[in-house]
Amino acid sequence: MSNASNVVEMSPNAGSNAYDMERVRKDFPALHQDVYGKPLVYLDNGASALKPQAVIDTMTEVMSTYYANVHRGVHRLSQLSTDAYEEARRKVATFINAATDDEIVFVRGATEAINLVAATHGRTHLSKGDEVIISHMEHHANIVPWQMLRDEMGIVLKVVPIDDEGHFLMDAYEEMLSPRTKLVAVTHISNALGTITPMAEIIRLAHEAGALVLVDGCQAVPHMKVDVQALDADFYVFSGHKLYGPTGIGVLYGKLDLLNAMPPYQTGGDMIRSVTLEKTEFAVAPHRFEAGTPAIVETIGLGAAIDYITALGLDNIAAHEQALLEYATAQLLAVPGLHIHGTAKEKASIISFVMDAAHSHDVGTIVDRAGVAVRAGHHCAQPVMDRFGVTATARASFGIYNTKDEVDLLVEALNAVQEIFG
Amino acid sequence: MFEDLRELYQEVILDHGKNPRNCHPLEGASHMAHGNNPMCGDTLDIFLKVDEAGSIADVSFFGRGCAISVASASMMTEILKGKTVAEARKLTEDFQSMCTKDDFDFEGAVNGLDEDAVERLQMLSGVKEFPVRVKCATLAWHTMNAAVVDGGEVTTE
Repeated sequence: MSNASNVVEMSPNAGSNAYDMERVRKDFPALHQDVYGKPLVYLDNGASALKPQAVIDTMTEVMSTYYANVHRGVHRLSQLSTDAYEEARRKVATFINAATDDEIVFVRGATEAINLVAATHGRTHLSKGDEVIISHMEHHANIVPWQMLRDEMGIVLKVVPIDDEGHFLMDAYEEMLSPRTKLVAVTHISNALGTITPMAEIIRLAHEAGALVLVDGCQAVPHMKVDVQALDADFYVFSGHKLYGPTGIGVLYGKLDLLNAMPPYQTGGDMIRSVTLEKTEFAVAPHRFEAGTPAIVETIGLGAAIDYITALGLDNIAAHEQALLEYATAQLLAVPGLHIHGTAKEKASIISFVMDAAHSHDVGTIVDRAGVAVRAGHHCAQPVMDRFGVTATARASFGIYNTKDEVDLLVEALNAVQEIFG
Repeated sequence: MFEDLRELYQEVILDHGKNPRNCHPLEGASHMAHGNNPMCGDTLDIFLKVDEAGSIADVSFFGRGCAISVASASMMTEILKGKTVAEARKLTEDFQSMCTKDDFDFEGAVNGLDEDAVERLQMLSGVKEFPVRVKCATLAWHTMNAAVVDGGEVTTE
Protein backbone atom coordinates (compact mmCIF):
# COMPACT_ATOMS: atom_id res chain seq x y z
CA MET A 1 0.00 0.00 0.00
CA SER A 2 1.30 3.42 -0.86
CA ASN A 3 1.75 6.21 1.61
CA ALA A 4 0.65 9.78 1.08
CA SER A 5 4.12 11.09 0.31
CA ASN A 6 4.36 9.24 -2.97
CA VAL A 7 0.78 9.81 -4.06
CA VAL A 8 1.69 13.09 -5.70
CA GLU A 9 4.18 11.35 -7.96
CA MET A 10 1.93 8.48 -8.95
CA SER A 11 -0.65 10.02 -11.21
CA PRO A 12 0.04 8.66 -14.68
CA ASN A 13 -3.52 9.11 -15.90
CA ALA A 14 -4.20 12.53 -14.54
CA GLY A 15 -1.94 14.39 -16.95
CA SER A 16 -1.75 18.06 -16.07
CA ASN A 17 -4.22 17.47 -13.25
CA ALA A 18 -1.76 15.46 -11.18
CA TYR A 19 -2.85 14.91 -7.60
CA ASP A 20 -1.55 18.05 -6.04
CA MET A 21 -3.05 18.41 -2.58
CA GLU A 22 -2.49 22.12 -2.37
CA ARG A 23 -4.31 22.61 -5.63
CA VAL A 24 -7.15 20.27 -4.67
CA ARG A 25 -7.69 22.16 -1.44
CA LYS A 26 -7.70 25.45 -3.32
CA ASP A 27 -10.52 24.11 -5.47
CA PHE A 28 -12.83 23.87 -2.42
CA PRO A 29 -13.69 27.35 -1.15
CA ALA A 30 -15.58 26.05 1.90
CA LEU A 31 -12.41 24.46 3.27
CA HIS A 32 -10.92 27.88 3.86
CA GLN A 33 -12.96 29.10 6.77
CA ASP A 34 -12.64 29.15 10.52
CA VAL A 35 -15.07 27.43 12.85
CA TYR A 36 -15.10 28.78 16.41
CA GLY A 37 -11.87 30.56 15.54
CA LYS A 38 -10.15 27.37 14.36
CA PRO A 39 -9.47 26.32 10.77
CA LEU A 40 -12.20 23.96 9.60
CA VAL A 41 -11.25 20.28 9.49
CA TYR A 42 -14.04 18.68 7.53
CA LEU A 43 -14.23 14.95 8.25
CA ASP A 44 -17.91 14.36 7.55
CA ASN A 45 -17.60 13.42 3.90
CA GLY A 46 -19.57 10.23 4.42
CA ALA A 47 -22.61 12.36 5.21
CA SER A 48 -21.98 14.88 2.45
CA ALA A 49 -18.93 16.21 0.65
CA LEU A 50 -17.97 19.85 0.09
CA LYS A 51 -18.21 21.30 -3.41
CA PRO A 52 -15.37 22.28 -5.76
CA GLN A 53 -15.43 25.69 -7.42
CA ALA A 54 -16.00 23.96 -10.77
CA VAL A 55 -19.39 22.67 -9.59
CA ILE A 56 -20.36 26.02 -8.07
CA ASP A 57 -19.32 27.86 -11.24
CA THR A 58 -21.10 25.45 -13.53
CA MET A 59 -24.37 25.78 -11.63
CA THR A 60 -24.04 29.56 -11.53
CA GLU A 61 -23.32 29.61 -15.24
CA VAL A 62 -26.41 27.55 -16.05
CA MET A 63 -28.64 29.86 -14.06
CA SER A 64 -26.97 33.01 -15.33
CA THR A 65 -27.04 32.13 -19.00
CA TYR A 66 -28.73 29.28 -20.84
CA TYR A 67 -31.16 28.03 -18.20
CA ALA A 68 -34.59 26.92 -19.45
CA ASN A 69 -36.82 23.89 -19.10
CA VAL A 70 -35.60 20.71 -20.80
CA HIS A 71 -37.18 18.44 -23.44
CA ARG A 72 -39.87 21.00 -24.18
CA GLY A 73 -39.16 24.20 -26.00
CA VAL A 74 -38.08 24.62 -29.56
CA HIS A 75 -36.32 27.78 -28.47
CA ARG A 76 -32.59 28.19 -28.19
CA LEU A 77 -32.21 28.15 -24.39
CA SER A 78 -34.35 25.06 -23.97
CA GLN A 79 -32.20 23.31 -26.54
CA LEU A 80 -28.98 24.34 -24.79
CA SER A 81 -30.31 23.24 -21.40
CA THR A 82 -31.51 19.94 -22.81
CA ASP A 83 -28.11 19.33 -24.39
CA ALA A 84 -26.31 20.05 -21.13
CA TYR A 85 -28.75 17.90 -19.16
CA GLU A 86 -28.33 14.95 -21.50
CA GLU A 87 -24.58 15.52 -21.59
CA ALA A 88 -24.59 15.02 -17.81
CA ARG A 89 -26.34 11.70 -18.37
CA ARG A 90 -23.56 10.69 -20.76
CA LYS A 91 -20.97 11.68 -18.16
CA VAL A 92 -22.63 9.51 -15.53
CA ALA A 93 -22.88 6.60 -17.96
CA THR A 94 -19.18 6.86 -18.77
CA PHE A 95 -18.28 7.33 -15.12
CA ILE A 96 -19.78 3.98 -14.07
CA ASN A 97 -19.36 2.36 -17.51
CA ALA A 98 -23.03 1.79 -18.28
CA ALA A 99 -23.67 0.15 -21.66
CA THR A 100 -25.89 3.05 -22.77
CA ASP A 101 -26.96 6.48 -21.53
CA ASP A 102 -30.53 5.23 -21.38
CA GLU A 103 -29.61 3.12 -18.37
CA ILE A 104 -29.06 6.26 -16.29
CA VAL A 105 -32.18 7.53 -14.52
CA PHE A 106 -31.91 10.81 -12.64
CA VAL A 107 -33.56 10.83 -9.23
CA ARG A 108 -33.29 12.97 -6.08
CA GLY A 109 -30.78 10.68 -4.42
CA ALA A 110 -30.00 7.07 -3.58
CA THR A 111 -32.96 6.94 -1.21
CA GLU A 112 -35.36 7.75 -4.02
CA ALA A 113 -33.58 5.32 -6.32
CA ILE A 114 -34.09 2.41 -3.93
CA ASN A 115 -37.68 3.41 -3.27
CA LEU A 116 -38.23 3.58 -7.02
CA VAL A 117 -36.94 0.05 -7.56
CA ALA A 118 -38.95 -1.29 -4.61
CA ALA A 119 -42.14 0.44 -5.75
CA THR A 120 -41.91 -0.47 -9.43
CA HIS A 121 -39.76 -3.56 -9.95
CA GLY A 122 -40.65 -4.85 -6.50
CA ARG A 123 -44.40 -4.47 -6.79
CA THR A 124 -44.59 -5.97 -10.29
CA HIS A 125 -41.95 -8.68 -10.22
CA LEU A 126 -42.08 -9.93 -6.65
CA SER A 127 -44.88 -11.88 -5.08
CA LYS A 128 -45.81 -13.33 -1.72
CA GLY A 129 -43.16 -15.66 -0.37
CA ASP A 130 -40.40 -14.35 -2.64
CA GLU A 131 -37.21 -13.56 -0.77
CA VAL A 132 -35.20 -10.36 -0.70
CA ILE A 133 -31.75 -10.48 0.91
CA ILE A 134 -30.11 -7.46 2.53
CA SER A 135 -27.14 -7.28 4.90
CA HIS A 136 -26.82 -6.29 8.55
CA MET A 137 -24.83 -3.19 7.59
CA GLU A 138 -27.33 -1.47 5.33
CA HIS A 139 -28.25 2.18 5.62
CA HIS A 140 -31.88 2.65 6.68
CA ALA A 141 -32.59 3.65 3.07
CA ASN A 142 -31.80 0.10 1.99
CA ILE A 143 -33.81 -1.52 4.79
CA VAL A 144 -37.06 0.36 5.17
CA PRO A 145 -38.29 0.19 1.52
CA TRP A 146 -37.96 -3.61 1.67
CA GLN A 147 -39.71 -3.80 5.04
CA MET A 148 -42.58 -1.79 3.54
CA LEU A 149 -42.74 -4.23 0.64
CA ARG A 150 -42.68 -7.14 3.07
CA ASP A 151 -45.60 -5.70 5.03
CA GLU A 152 -47.50 -4.85 1.88
CA MET A 153 -46.91 -7.96 -0.22
CA GLY A 154 -45.73 -10.69 2.12
CA ILE A 155 -42.25 -11.04 0.65
CA VAL A 156 -39.66 -12.52 3.00
CA LEU A 157 -36.76 -10.30 4.08
CA LYS A 158 -33.51 -12.06 4.98
CA VAL A 159 -30.46 -10.45 6.51
CA VAL A 160 -26.86 -11.54 5.91
CA PRO A 161 -24.97 -11.27 9.21
CA ILE A 162 -21.64 -9.53 9.69
CA ASP A 163 -18.77 -10.53 11.96
CA ASP A 164 -17.07 -8.50 14.71
CA GLU A 165 -14.77 -6.83 12.19
CA GLY A 166 -17.68 -5.88 9.98
CA HIS A 167 -17.14 -8.42 7.19
CA PHE A 168 -20.09 -9.51 5.07
CA LEU A 169 -20.43 -13.21 5.90
CA MET A 170 -20.22 -14.95 2.56
CA ASP A 171 -20.96 -18.48 3.84
CA ALA A 172 -24.17 -17.37 5.49
CA TYR A 173 -25.11 -15.51 2.30
CA GLU A 174 -24.53 -18.56 0.13
CA GLU A 175 -26.72 -20.63 2.40
CA MET A 176 -29.43 -17.99 2.31
CA LEU A 177 -29.65 -17.94 -1.48
CA SER A 178 -32.37 -20.18 -2.87
CA PRO A 179 -34.68 -20.40 -5.87
CA ARG A 180 -37.02 -18.20 -3.84
CA THR A 181 -34.44 -15.39 -3.74
CA LYS A 182 -35.53 -12.75 -6.24
CA LEU A 183 -33.47 -9.76 -5.20
CA VAL A 184 -30.29 -9.05 -3.26
CA ALA A 185 -29.91 -5.42 -2.07
CA VAL A 186 -26.52 -4.80 -0.50
CA THR A 187 -24.21 -1.87 0.06
CA HIS A 188 -20.91 -1.61 -1.82
CA ILE A 189 -19.28 0.22 1.11
CA SER A 190 -20.83 0.43 4.57
CA ASN A 191 -21.39 4.04 5.62
CA ALA A 192 -21.11 3.15 9.30
CA LEU A 193 -18.17 0.71 9.20
CA GLY A 194 -16.28 1.44 6.00
CA THR A 195 -16.38 -2.22 4.93
CA ILE A 196 -15.99 -2.78 1.19
CA THR A 197 -18.18 -5.75 0.39
CA PRO A 198 -17.05 -8.42 -2.11
CA MET A 199 -19.62 -7.16 -4.60
CA ALA A 200 -18.51 -9.04 -7.71
CA GLU A 201 -18.77 -12.34 -5.83
CA ILE A 202 -22.08 -11.33 -4.19
CA ILE A 203 -23.50 -10.61 -7.64
CA ARG A 204 -22.09 -13.77 -9.23
CA LEU A 205 -23.67 -15.97 -6.57
CA ALA A 206 -26.99 -14.12 -6.76
CA HIS A 207 -27.12 -14.55 -10.52
CA GLU A 208 -26.34 -18.25 -10.16
CA ALA A 209 -29.38 -18.48 -7.90
CA GLY A 210 -31.45 -16.54 -10.42
CA ALA A 211 -31.71 -13.37 -8.35
CA LEU A 212 -31.12 -9.76 -9.35
CA VAL A 213 -28.82 -7.44 -7.38
CA LEU A 214 -29.27 -3.81 -6.34
CA VAL A 215 -26.07 -2.17 -5.13
CA ASP A 216 -26.11 0.84 -2.80
CA GLY A 217 -23.07 2.64 -4.15
CA CYS A 218 -23.36 5.93 -2.21
CA GLN A 219 -20.08 5.53 -0.35
CA ALA A 220 -18.33 3.68 -3.17
CA VAL A 221 -18.48 6.07 -6.13
CA PRO A 222 -16.50 8.87 -4.42
CA HIS A 223 -13.71 6.50 -3.39
CA MET A 224 -13.15 3.82 -6.02
CA LYS A 225 -13.61 3.08 -9.69
CA VAL A 226 -16.99 1.48 -10.24
CA ASP A 227 -17.75 -0.46 -13.41
CA VAL A 228 -21.35 -1.65 -13.42
CA GLN A 229 -20.78 -3.91 -16.43
CA ALA A 230 -17.71 -5.60 -14.94
CA LEU A 231 -19.67 -6.08 -11.71
CA ASP A 232 -22.70 -7.20 -13.73
CA ALA A 233 -24.88 -5.16 -11.33
CA ASP A 234 -28.57 -5.10 -12.20
CA PHE A 235 -29.26 -1.86 -10.33
CA TYR A 236 -26.67 0.54 -8.93
CA VAL A 237 -27.67 3.66 -6.99
CA PHE A 238 -25.84 6.67 -5.61
CA SER A 239 -26.30 10.28 -4.55
CA GLY A 240 -24.62 13.29 -6.16
CA HIS A 241 -23.89 15.23 -2.98
CA LYS A 242 -21.48 12.63 -1.59
CA LEU A 243 -19.62 12.79 -4.90
CA TYR A 244 -18.74 16.49 -4.46
CA GLY A 245 -21.85 17.38 -6.48
CA PRO A 246 -25.04 19.18 -5.49
CA THR A 247 -27.87 17.89 -3.30
CA GLY A 248 -31.18 16.89 -4.81
CA ILE A 249 -29.68 14.81 -7.59
CA GLY A 250 -28.88 11.11 -7.60
CA VAL A 251 -28.61 8.22 -9.99
CA LEU A 252 -30.41 4.98 -10.57
CA TYR A 253 -28.52 2.75 -12.97
CA GLY A 254 -30.53 -0.20 -14.24
CA LYS A 255 -29.97 -2.67 -17.04
CA LEU A 256 -32.06 -1.39 -19.91
CA ASP A 257 -34.30 -4.45 -20.28
CA LEU A 258 -35.06 -4.34 -16.55
CA LEU A 259 -35.89 -0.63 -16.61
CA ASN A 260 -38.17 -1.04 -19.60
CA ALA A 261 -39.99 -3.88 -17.86
CA MET A 262 -40.81 -1.63 -14.91
CA PRO A 263 -43.95 0.50 -14.66
CA PRO A 264 -43.54 4.26 -14.06
CA TYR A 265 -42.79 5.44 -10.54
CA GLN A 266 -44.46 8.84 -10.75
CA THR A 267 -46.57 10.07 -13.61
CA GLY A 268 -47.05 13.41 -15.29
CA GLY A 269 -45.17 15.45 -17.83
CA ASP A 270 -41.98 14.47 -19.63
CA MET A 271 -42.46 10.74 -19.07
CA ILE A 272 -45.08 9.99 -21.69
CA ARG A 273 -45.10 9.09 -25.34
CA SER A 274 -48.68 10.22 -25.90
CA VAL A 275 -51.62 11.16 -23.74
CA THR A 276 -55.27 11.32 -24.69
CA LEU A 277 -57.96 11.83 -22.09
CA GLU A 278 -58.64 8.11 -22.24
CA LYS A 279 -55.21 6.56 -22.36
CA THR A 280 -51.51 7.20 -21.90
CA GLU A 281 -48.53 5.58 -23.52
CA PHE A 282 -45.42 5.86 -21.41
CA ALA A 283 -41.98 6.80 -22.64
CA VAL A 284 -39.21 4.23 -22.46
CA ALA A 285 -36.34 4.44 -19.95
CA PRO A 286 -34.89 6.68 -18.72
CA HIS A 287 -37.59 9.32 -19.35
CA ARG A 288 -40.31 6.97 -18.13
CA PHE A 289 -38.92 7.51 -14.63
CA GLU A 290 -38.33 11.25 -14.84
CA ALA A 291 -41.79 12.73 -14.47
CA GLY A 292 -42.05 16.47 -14.18
CA THR A 293 -39.38 19.12 -14.55
CA PRO A 294 -36.16 17.52 -13.30
CA ALA A 295 -33.40 19.06 -11.18
CA ILE A 296 -31.84 20.62 -14.27
CA VAL A 297 -29.18 22.78 -12.60
CA GLU A 298 -28.21 20.08 -10.11
CA THR A 299 -27.94 17.45 -12.82
CA ILE A 300 -25.58 19.61 -14.86
CA GLY A 301 -23.71 20.35 -11.59
CA LEU A 302 -23.33 16.61 -11.01
CA GLY A 303 -21.80 16.34 -14.47
CA ALA A 304 -19.24 18.97 -13.45
CA ALA A 305 -18.46 17.03 -10.25
CA ILE A 306 -17.86 13.89 -12.29
CA ASP A 307 -15.54 15.82 -14.63
CA TYR A 308 -13.62 17.04 -11.59
CA ILE A 309 -13.29 13.60 -10.00
CA THR A 310 -12.37 12.01 -13.31
CA ALA A 311 -9.63 14.56 -13.94
CA LEU A 312 -8.22 13.87 -10.49
CA GLY A 313 -8.35 10.14 -11.25
CA LEU A 314 -10.17 7.62 -9.09
CA ASP A 315 -7.04 5.49 -8.79
CA ASN A 316 -5.16 8.48 -7.40
CA ILE A 317 -8.05 9.28 -5.06
CA ALA A 318 -8.21 5.69 -3.81
CA ALA A 319 -4.45 5.63 -3.19
CA HIS A 320 -4.55 8.94 -1.33
CA GLU A 321 -7.50 7.90 0.82
CA GLN A 322 -6.07 4.47 1.60
CA ALA A 323 -2.86 6.08 2.81
CA LEU A 324 -4.87 8.50 4.92
CA LEU A 325 -6.99 5.66 6.30
CA GLU A 326 -3.90 3.76 7.31
CA TYR A 327 -2.36 6.79 9.00
CA ALA A 328 -5.59 7.83 10.74
CA THR A 329 -6.26 4.30 11.99
CA ALA A 330 -2.83 4.10 13.60
CA GLN A 331 -3.10 7.58 15.13
CA LEU A 332 -6.60 7.02 16.49
CA LEU A 333 -5.73 3.67 18.01
CA ALA A 334 -2.98 5.44 19.93
CA VAL A 335 -5.60 7.58 21.70
CA PRO A 336 -6.18 5.95 25.11
CA GLY A 337 -9.58 4.31 25.50
CA LEU A 338 -10.55 4.70 21.85
CA HIS A 339 -12.04 1.73 20.01
CA ILE A 340 -12.70 1.45 16.28
CA HIS A 341 -15.82 -0.37 15.10
CA GLY A 342 -15.33 -1.73 11.61
CA THR A 343 -11.93 -3.20 10.94
CA ALA A 344 -12.60 -5.19 7.80
CA LYS A 345 -9.65 -6.16 5.61
CA GLU A 346 -11.06 -4.25 2.65
CA LYS A 347 -12.03 -0.85 3.97
CA ALA A 348 -12.73 2.63 2.66
CA SER A 349 -11.64 5.82 4.40
CA ILE A 350 -14.38 5.77 7.04
CA ILE A 351 -13.53 5.30 10.72
CA SER A 352 -16.28 4.76 13.28
CA PHE A 353 -15.10 4.89 16.86
CA VAL A 354 -16.20 5.12 20.46
CA MET A 355 -14.32 6.36 23.50
CA ASP A 356 -14.44 4.94 27.01
CA ALA A 357 -14.29 8.43 28.47
CA ALA A 358 -17.27 9.96 26.72
CA HIS A 359 -20.41 9.27 24.71
CA SER A 360 -20.05 9.89 20.97
CA HIS A 361 -22.40 12.84 21.12
CA ASP A 362 -20.12 14.53 23.66
CA VAL A 363 -17.09 13.62 21.54
CA GLY A 364 -18.76 15.28 18.54
CA THR A 365 -19.48 18.47 20.49
CA ILE A 366 -15.97 18.73 21.91
CA VAL A 367 -14.11 18.18 18.65
CA ASP A 368 -16.51 20.59 16.93
CA ARG A 369 -15.23 23.36 19.18
CA ALA A 370 -11.77 22.56 17.87
CA GLY A 371 -13.05 23.12 14.34
CA VAL A 372 -13.27 19.41 13.53
CA ALA A 373 -16.49 18.22 11.89
CA VAL A 374 -17.27 14.54 12.50
CA ARG A 375 -20.60 12.81 12.61
CA ALA A 376 -21.85 11.53 15.94
CA GLY A 377 -24.87 9.27 16.03
CA HIS A 378 -26.21 6.08 14.54
CA HIS A 379 -25.44 7.07 10.93
CA CYS A 380 -28.90 5.91 9.81
CA ALA A 381 -27.67 2.38 10.43
CA GLN A 382 -29.17 1.44 13.79
CA PRO A 383 -28.88 -2.33 13.16
CA VAL A 384 -25.11 -1.85 12.88
CA MET A 385 -25.09 0.02 16.20
CA ASP A 386 -27.12 -2.80 17.80
CA ARG A 387 -24.68 -5.35 16.37
CA PHE A 388 -21.81 -3.64 18.17
CA GLY A 389 -23.80 -2.96 21.34
CA VAL A 390 -23.66 0.84 21.09
CA THR A 391 -26.32 3.49 20.47
CA ALA A 392 -23.96 5.75 18.60
CA THR A 393 -20.43 6.14 17.33
CA ALA A 394 -18.35 9.08 16.23
CA ARG A 395 -17.33 8.82 12.60
CA ALA A 396 -14.49 10.46 10.75
CA SER A 397 -14.89 10.01 6.99
CA PHE A 398 -12.14 11.28 4.73
CA GLY A 399 -12.32 12.73 1.25
CA ILE A 400 -10.05 13.90 -1.52
CA TYR A 401 -8.98 17.09 0.26
CA ASN A 402 -8.15 15.71 3.69
CA THR A 403 -4.58 15.56 4.94
CA LYS A 404 -2.45 13.91 7.59
CA ASP A 405 -2.23 17.27 9.34
CA GLU A 406 -6.00 17.20 9.69
CA VAL A 407 -5.83 13.73 11.19
CA ASP A 408 -3.39 15.15 13.74
CA LEU A 409 -5.86 17.95 14.55
CA LEU A 410 -8.58 15.37 15.10
CA VAL A 411 -6.33 13.43 17.45
CA GLU A 412 -5.47 16.61 19.33
CA ALA A 413 -9.18 17.36 19.73
CA LEU A 414 -9.79 13.83 20.98
CA ASN A 415 -7.14 14.32 23.59
CA ALA A 416 -9.16 17.32 24.77
CA VAL A 417 -12.07 14.92 25.27
CA GLN A 418 -9.86 12.89 27.59
CA GLU A 419 -8.83 16.05 29.35
CA ILE A 420 -12.38 17.31 29.93
CA PHE A 421 -13.84 13.95 30.87
CA GLY A 422 -10.81 12.94 32.86
CA MET B 1 -9.01 27.33 25.14
CA PHE B 2 -12.27 25.41 25.66
CA GLU B 3 -14.00 27.75 28.09
CA ASP B 4 -17.51 27.22 26.81
CA LEU B 5 -16.90 23.47 26.88
CA ARG B 6 -15.86 23.74 30.53
CA GLU B 7 -19.04 25.73 31.06
CA LEU B 8 -21.06 22.92 29.50
CA TYR B 9 -19.20 20.03 31.07
CA GLN B 10 -19.02 21.22 34.67
CA GLU B 11 -17.80 18.82 37.33
CA VAL B 12 -21.30 18.25 38.69
CA ILE B 13 -22.61 17.37 35.24
CA LEU B 14 -19.72 15.01 34.55
CA ASP B 15 -20.30 13.40 37.94
CA HIS B 16 -24.02 12.85 37.27
CA GLY B 17 -23.16 11.64 33.79
CA LYS B 18 -20.73 9.06 35.09
CA ASN B 19 -22.58 8.10 38.26
CA PRO B 20 -26.23 8.76 37.58
CA ARG B 21 -28.62 8.77 40.55
CA ASN B 22 -31.90 6.88 40.48
CA CYS B 23 -30.87 5.04 37.33
CA HIS B 24 -32.98 1.89 37.42
CA PRO B 25 -36.49 0.76 36.49
CA LEU B 26 -38.99 1.51 39.26
CA GLU B 27 -41.13 -1.33 40.49
CA GLY B 28 -44.75 -0.41 41.06
CA ALA B 29 -44.49 2.78 39.05
CA SER B 30 -47.81 4.49 38.40
CA HIS B 31 -46.57 6.39 35.37
CA MET B 32 -44.00 5.60 32.74
CA ALA B 33 -42.90 6.92 29.35
CA HIS B 34 -40.25 6.11 26.81
CA GLY B 35 -38.20 8.91 25.30
CA ASN B 36 -35.80 8.86 22.42
CA ASN B 37 -33.65 11.24 20.46
CA PRO B 38 -33.71 9.93 16.89
CA MET B 39 -30.76 12.07 15.91
CA CYS B 40 -28.32 10.19 18.10
CA GLY B 41 -30.25 7.04 18.98
CA ASP B 42 -30.29 7.78 22.69
CA THR B 43 -33.21 6.38 24.63
CA LEU B 44 -34.43 6.58 28.19
CA ASP B 45 -37.44 5.49 30.21
CA ILE B 46 -38.88 7.58 33.01
CA PHE B 47 -40.73 5.94 35.89
CA LEU B 48 -42.84 7.76 38.50
CA LYS B 49 -44.81 6.79 41.56
CA VAL B 50 -47.49 9.43 42.02
CA ASP B 51 -49.60 9.25 45.18
CA GLU B 52 -53.30 10.04 45.46
CA ALA B 53 -52.61 13.62 46.42
CA GLY B 54 -50.75 14.11 43.13
CA SER B 55 -47.29 14.17 44.71
CA ILE B 56 -44.30 12.39 43.20
CA ALA B 57 -43.34 9.82 45.83
CA ASP B 58 -40.55 8.33 43.74
CA VAL B 59 -39.05 8.83 40.31
CA SER B 60 -36.31 7.08 38.36
CA PHE B 61 -34.92 6.78 34.87
CA PHE B 62 -33.24 4.05 32.89
CA GLY B 63 -31.47 4.29 29.57
CA ARG B 64 -28.39 5.23 27.66
CA GLY B 65 -27.19 8.54 26.46
CA CYS B 66 -24.60 11.25 26.38
CA ALA B 67 -23.25 12.99 29.46
CA ILE B 68 -25.75 15.83 29.08
CA SER B 69 -28.89 13.72 28.73
CA VAL B 70 -27.89 11.32 31.53
CA ALA B 71 -26.85 14.13 33.89
CA SER B 72 -30.07 16.00 33.19
CA ALA B 73 -32.17 12.89 33.86
CA SER B 74 -30.22 12.12 37.01
CA MET B 75 -30.57 15.65 38.41
CA MET B 76 -34.23 15.76 37.46
CA THR B 77 -35.03 12.63 39.43
CA GLU B 78 -33.32 14.06 42.51
CA ILE B 79 -35.19 17.32 42.30
CA LEU B 80 -38.66 16.00 41.51
CA LYS B 81 -39.00 13.74 44.51
CA GLY B 82 -41.67 15.26 46.77
CA LYS B 83 -42.90 17.74 44.16
CA THR B 84 -46.46 17.69 42.87
CA VAL B 85 -47.19 16.75 39.28
CA ALA B 86 -48.30 20.33 38.63
CA GLU B 87 -44.97 21.62 39.95
CA ALA B 88 -43.09 19.14 37.80
CA ARG B 89 -44.92 20.27 34.68
CA LYS B 90 -44.28 23.93 35.43
CA LEU B 91 -40.61 23.16 36.08
CA THR B 92 -40.37 21.43 32.68
CA GLU B 93 -41.52 24.61 30.97
CA ASP B 94 -39.12 26.78 32.92
CA PHE B 95 -36.24 24.39 32.32
CA GLN B 96 -36.94 24.39 28.58
CA SER B 97 -36.99 28.20 28.60
CA MET B 98 -33.74 28.34 30.53
CA CYS B 99 -32.07 26.09 27.94
CA THR B 100 -33.26 28.08 24.95
CA LYS B 101 -33.94 31.72 25.87
CA ASP B 102 -31.17 34.23 26.39
CA ASP B 103 -32.91 36.62 28.74
CA PHE B 104 -34.95 34.14 30.73
CA ASP B 105 -35.01 34.67 34.51
CA PHE B 106 -34.99 31.06 35.65
CA GLU B 107 -34.52 31.87 39.29
CA GLY B 108 -37.48 34.23 39.28
CA ALA B 109 -39.65 31.78 37.35
CA VAL B 110 -39.08 28.91 39.74
CA ASN B 111 -39.61 31.03 42.82
CA GLY B 112 -40.03 28.70 45.78
CA LEU B 113 -37.74 25.95 44.50
CA ASP B 114 -34.90 25.34 46.96
CA GLU B 115 -31.68 27.16 46.21
CA ASP B 116 -29.61 24.03 45.77
CA ALA B 117 -31.97 22.66 43.10
CA VAL B 118 -31.99 25.97 41.25
CA GLU B 119 -28.22 26.06 41.24
CA ARG B 120 -27.87 22.52 39.93
CA LEU B 121 -30.42 22.98 37.17
CA GLN B 122 -28.74 26.20 36.11
CA MET B 123 -25.55 24.28 35.49
CA LEU B 124 -27.28 22.80 32.46
CA SER B 125 -27.97 26.24 31.02
CA GLY B 126 -24.59 25.92 29.27
CA VAL B 127 -26.41 24.02 26.47
CA LYS B 128 -27.78 27.35 25.29
CA GLU B 129 -24.44 27.86 23.54
CA PHE B 130 -24.78 24.42 21.90
CA PRO B 131 -28.19 24.49 20.17
CA VAL B 132 -28.02 20.92 18.88
CA ARG B 133 -27.50 19.72 22.44
CA VAL B 134 -30.63 21.35 23.93
CA LYS B 135 -32.59 18.23 23.04
CA CYS B 136 -30.17 16.15 25.09
CA ALA B 137 -30.78 18.30 28.16
CA THR B 138 -34.56 18.40 27.80
CA LEU B 139 -35.23 14.77 26.77
CA ALA B 140 -35.74 13.51 30.34
CA TRP B 141 -38.01 16.42 31.20
CA HIS B 142 -40.22 16.01 28.15
CA THR B 143 -40.40 12.28 28.74
CA MET B 144 -41.39 12.82 32.38
CA ASN B 145 -44.03 15.27 31.24
CA ALA B 146 -45.41 12.75 28.75
CA ALA B 147 -45.53 10.12 31.51
CA VAL B 148 -47.59 12.24 33.89
CA VAL B 149 -49.85 13.70 31.22
CA ASP B 150 -50.89 10.63 29.30
CA GLY B 151 -48.11 8.07 29.51
CA GLY B 152 -46.46 6.93 26.35
CA GLU B 153 -43.68 7.77 24.03
CA VAL B 154 -41.91 10.99 23.34
CA THR B 155 -39.29 11.81 20.76
CA THR B 156 -37.28 14.95 20.38
CA GLU B 157 -38.20 15.20 16.69
